[in-house]
Amino acid sequence: MIRRRHVLAAGASLLAAPAVLRAQTVQKLTFYYPVAVGGPLAAIMDGYCKAYQQESGVAVEAVYAGDYSQALIKATTAIKAGTGPQFAVLLAAEMHSLQDQEILVSLDEIGLDADARKWLDGFYPAFLANSHAEGKTWSVPFQRSTAIFYYNKAAFAEAGLEPEKFPTTWADLGAAAEKLVKRDASGKVTRWGIKMAADLGNAQWTFGALANQAEHTLMNEAGTVVYFNHPKAIEAMAYWRGLATQYHATPEGISAWPQLPADFLEGNTAIIQHTTGNLTNLRDKASFPFGVAGLAGKASPHTVVGGGNIYFFKNASPAERQAALKFARWVSAPERAADWSIRTGYIATSPAAYDTPALKEYIAKFPAANVARTFLPVATGELSTFENQRVYKVLTDNIQACLNGTKSPGQAMADSQSEADRILRPFQKA
Amino acid sequence: MAPSAAGLSDLAERPVPAGEASRSRPGVFDRETLQAWLLILPGLMLVVAFTHWPAVRTLLDSLYATPRGSRPAPFVGLANYQGLLDDPVFWQALRNNAIYAAATIPASVVLALVMALAVNQALPGRAMLRMAYFLPTMLPLIAVANIWLFFYTPDYGLFDQIVGLFGAGRHNWLGDAATALPAMIIVAVWKEAGFFMIFSLAALQTMPTDLREAAALEGASRIHFFRRVTLPLLMPTTLFVLVNAVINAFRVIDHVVVMTRGGPDNATTLLMYYIYETGFRFWDTSTAAALTMILLALLGATAWLQFGVFGRRIHYR
Repeated sequence: MIRRRHVLAAGASLLAAPAVLRAQTVQKLTFYYPVAVGGPLAAIMDGYCKAYQQESGVAVEAVYAGDYSQALIKATTAIKAGTGPQFAVLLAAEMHSLQDQEILVSLDEIGLDADARKWLDGFYPAFLANSHAEGKTWSVPFQRSTAIFYYNKAAFAEAGLEPEKFPTTWADLGAAAEKLVKRDASGKVTRWGIKMAADLGNAQWTFGALANQAEHTLMNEAGTVVYFNHPKAIEAMAYWRGLATQYHATPEGISAWPQLPADFLEGNTAIIQHTTGNLTNLRDKASFPFGVAGLAGKASPHTVVGGGNIYFFKNASPAERQAALKFARWVSAPERAADWSIRTGYIATSPAAYDTPALKEYIAKFPAANVARTFLPVATGELSTFENQRVYKVLTDNIQACLNGTKSPGQAMADSQSEADRILRPFQKA
Repeated sequence: MAPSAAGLSDLAERPVPAGEASRSRPGVFDRETLQAWLLILPGLMLVVAFTHWPAVRTLLDSLYATPRGSRPAPFVGLANYQGLLDDPVFWQALRNNAIYAAATIPASVVLALVMALAVNQALPGRAMLRMAYFLPTMLPLIAVANIWLFFYTPDYGLFDQIVGLFGAGRHNWLGDAATALPAMIIVAVWKEAGFFMIFSLAALQTMPTDLREAAALEGASRIHFFRRVTLPLLMPTTLFVLVNAVINAFRVIDHVVVMTRGGPDNATTLLMYYIYETGFRFWDTSTAAALTMILLALLGATAWLQFGVFGRRIHYR
């Protein structure tokens, strides 16, 4: 960015007054965004950028940067190399880690007038849960979701289950998933009951939902302490493992996030736990009637929020920060949020979006689009700590060991705890 | 290193032209020496900028703690290395890489040789066959890994469909800690063998035909000819291929990134992947630097072994 400023300064000295004006109006912005679901999200994003350029004259370049963890790595690497984007959509739960790296600029520092504060108050509070630290706001909700179940109604009917009544407790879900398993004459499974993601980058999300279902929170608000070895966390892990060992409803070992929608569409599994952001994609591709349901819970349904927020980076010039914030406001406005929700399945970030005629009409036609939103009140925040990726990795390794049968749930959680404690110790002193 | 060292000593021992011998003994500021330095300067600059300086910087970085934000990094000596000794993931990455190297290197080199011998004979459709063997090399590994991802998909992936025909059950090839690393090894061998085949094939093509005629006159069997003539003449190429295979066994991790991300539970974490993860996912740059130094030492040791020990036994024409 220094380079750009130098160039502008040089231009200013050459052309005097008019050029100074030019230096203050930003012509071009770049941001990185991840895609964690199927469907033509890149085309939708480019469409927004084009529309914004026509409206405001500012060219915004949207750079697709892989899934959440790849986007994080690319953005931080580029910023540390001095060539980073001015802002990016990254995992909402990365706030503590990004802040610790001192690359973020808060919205307060960019400057919030009364109008802007009103705009921030318009979001669902659950989606701002991962945005506040040190009394400041660090990110803007954008593609937000909760974990939900997609289930194959045809399979439900075939297994003698009521397609319109999805189980709400762990015991009922396990029993239903067990019934949904289909085997051929030789005893080989041709359809699994349920699949949940346990690959790196997603296992902690699945587990966060399960822990909340046991009415347990995995970390403190400051992101400096985790509670992995709590009996309730162990119980959640034991339930996940039990889906394979006790109910024989899910395969041994791990299932990977990108594979789940394909498995579901293939009829290889009757239920998947995935993001609501995949709804439109599955709706367009499923050849069978499918339903959307909130996650079950030990006693009652509970889920976890997820998805990405817009972060602003220090390396941008003050004018660029302003321009980026302006774009963020534009793209999160109710009409765009409604459009984004319709075209992806992500939950629109503000109640106002649900009052737009477009979204109202869509929900009336396709009630499944409203399911995830109704579970927001029973959703917890995603696991978010300092050294977030490291803590994710430790937890994921142990979850995978448990699902592969090499560690007991208790052992896996005890090991995650001691490793995470070691990682977080420096932050507890501070 | 041996060949280049030999080349340098060749130059040094070359007889000096008579007219120049009478001049004063060569010094540092001698015109000719200066000219020589100037001539190698562009290359030297590249090597220093992109090889030696980064290595020295990495060594220095590995002796400091990771800087956090704007806080400066204190000197910690060997603490980063000490930390790695206590890191179970590091040891597992090392173990995985040892298994990975021990399996991919011989398998791909031998397979390359066999394939080269196969397509070196007069066969119908020989060009097609050569291309088929070389095809994996032409495709980018990232794209290929995505195709293999489908092959390894449980239940309805290619492999499960094939083994299913024989009545075998389901395999979670990549999701099971027992099969994940072998699955990675197979992808690597498939990818590498075709590339190495090209070198072996080129060497076979340059082999003089009179050797075969002479051997035929002597009544040597094909196996004997292969063992005593073909194989020794292929050895310089094989050493080159071997060096590349060793480097690739530690360097190429694209398929790990795409297919498993080191999982499940680090079953496919290779040293290079662990460096990438530590450096760019965790931003623990000094630990990543220490890991890099260990990798460098490992590769240096194997290079020394290959050139110093095996290289000397190889007959260069």
